[in-house]
Amino acid sequence: MKARDKTWPWKLLLVAILLGVAAGTWGAIKKIDYKWRWYRVPEYFFYLADDVQKIPFDGKVGSIVKDGATARVTLISETSEERVIKVESESLKVSEGEDLFEGDIVGFEKNLRLGPLMVGLWTTLWLSAISSVFALFLGLFTGIARVSKNITLRGLAMIYVECIRGTPLLVQIFIAYFFLGTVFNLSRNVCGIGALALFAGAYVAEIVRAGVQSIPKGQMEASRSLGMTAFQTMRDIILPQAFKKILPPLSGQFISLIKDSSLVSVIAITDLTKSGREIITSTFATFEVWLVVAAMYLLVTSVLSQLVYYMERRLAVSD
Amino acid sequence: MIKAENVVKIFAGRSGVVRAVDGVSTEVARGEVVVVIGPSGSGKSTFLRCINGLETFTEGHIIIDGVDLADKKTNINKVRAEVGMVFQQFNLFPHKTVLENLTLAQCRVRKRSKKVAEEKAQALLKKVGIPEKATEYPSRLSGGQQQRVAIARALAMDPKVMLFDEPTSALDPEMVGEVLDVMKQLAREGMTMIVVTHEMGFAREVADRVIFMDEGKVVEVGTPEHFFTNPKEERAKLFLKQVL
Ligand SMILES: Nc1ncnc2c1ncn2[C@@H]1O[C@H](COP(=O)(O)OP(=O)(O)OP(=O)(O)O)[C@@H](O)[C@H]1O
Ligand SMILES: [Mg+2]
Repeated sequence: MKARDKTWPWKLLLVAILLGVAAGTWGAIKKIDYKWRWYRVPEYFFYLADDVQKIPFDGKVGSIVKDGATARVTLISETSEERVIKVESESLKVSEGEDLFEGDIVGFEKNLRLGPLMVGLWTTLWLSAISSVFALFLGLFTGIARVSKNITLRGLAMIYVECIRGTPLLVQIFIAYFFLGTVFNLSRNVCGIGALALFAGAYVAEIVRAGVQSIPKGQMEASRSLGMTAFQTMRDIILPQAFKKILPPLSGQFISLIKDSSLVSVIAITDLTKSGREIITSTFATFEVWLVVAAMYLLVTSVLSQLVYYMERRLAVSD
Repeated sequence: MIKAENVVKIFAGRSGVVRAVDGVSTEVARGEVVVVIGPSGSGKSTFLRCINGLETFTEGHIIIDGVDLADKKTNINKVRAEVGMVFQQFNLFPHKTVLENLTLAQCRVRKRSKKVAEEKAQALLKKVGIPEKATEYPSRLSGGQQQRVAIARALAMDPKVMLFDEPTSALDPEMVGEVLDVMKQLAREGMTMIVVTHEMGFAREVADRVIFMDEGKVVEVGTPEHFFTNPKEERAKLFLKQVL
């Protein structure tokens, strides 16, 4: 017989607490009489746009073939050049044989477009990705510099790390944009990416330093005793071992970076957070939008966590 | 082959200054096997580490095949490639297979092709008696096997001299023999060796010369017969009484 699962009362308690929280929230919302507009949300992911279709030359309408909801309009120019344009049947503005001038409207075509939430998510993702790459190199270099024998390198690395870790990211973004951005005439994207990369780089540096220092001294000595240079030893012996150890905190740092990137919305970069704010100014669906925005961040970060988990297991073969 | 002249190594630690090696002079000829013994903290490891530049020494000269380590212009990496070292804790690279442990430095330092390096590695694994472990990771090997891989790794560089720092001290007793056998074979083949060990049997059997160190100094030098049967110095007598 299977041993009875003794944890069931605790699982029950967990469910009860979650239900309790949900019910409490529900009750509180009831009291303030909020009008939910969930139906407005999907259009901020995807929407059908009416794209104007114009005639690109002076000419006339040849034939119009209706095929269900769409109509295929053949346009003929004065030089007998033919062009076929698809529009919605209902939006058709021309009839067969009609003379048209360049730029006259033929009709409208419906196209599926990414809504502001998707565009914002995309911005957040590439902003974080580029910042992560810079942060990784910066952190790797700084982390190694922090354990270097060279006092100048070590000093520079320490000052950088301390300055970044001792000040709030929001202030760093302001400095990057309003001070450095003005002085060096940088675009807001460059400032945003730069600030995020510098910020994460300092934390990556500390992770790398700890990782390198966690590798037993004997590894360095064995490698050097074979005649390998300090650089070769770092690259072939120390960093690969350190990388395995620091993968969890490192990936945590990059996941944090995705969340921290929401702060660049203050310098008017239209990332996911800024998109959310913009949507709210036009719809007042405050609760729905912030909940959806949070869910989108959560989705991205949990997918990444799973990926890292998978990588860790792959790397565990030599243990 | 190796000449140490008045080598001094001073550690300036928190608890004051330690003269770990205090004026050691000796010469090791090609093919000679020298065993260094002495009580804990007598500076044996430190002296050995000076010979391949893992420690820089404070005073004196160490000359290997005409190259002076004290000379600032000496390329220490070149010297190390000629001086193999085997550590008490094996120090194999845990993220690399046994074969990769043996080929890495061959490719990087000796610039051998992968194929040549692997052939050499396989031959050496056979020599140390574990040809079947080439594709294993070090963590899957017993201590004795790991130390034999470590010896093979050092040999793969075709060193002119091999240094051993208590190669059997971290091993379970039943594995000491297999490592000592490999070392004895090396000695028979004419390898120049400096061995720090507490294995007096090994010293007696293989050493051409025994150096007894205490408090950073060479206290007594002699052939094994002389040293083990009839040491002159009081400290050596005391030490032998404790270990034998
Ligand atoms: N990195 C270091 N910093 C400061 N002191 C050190 C350092 N390494 C060794 N020493 C000191 O130097 C002295 C000689 O140490 P060493 O390790 O060479 O002795 P040993 O003869 O190898 O001893 P054992 O048999 O225990 O290995 C000891 O007093 C030790 O405390
Ligand atoms: Mg020692």
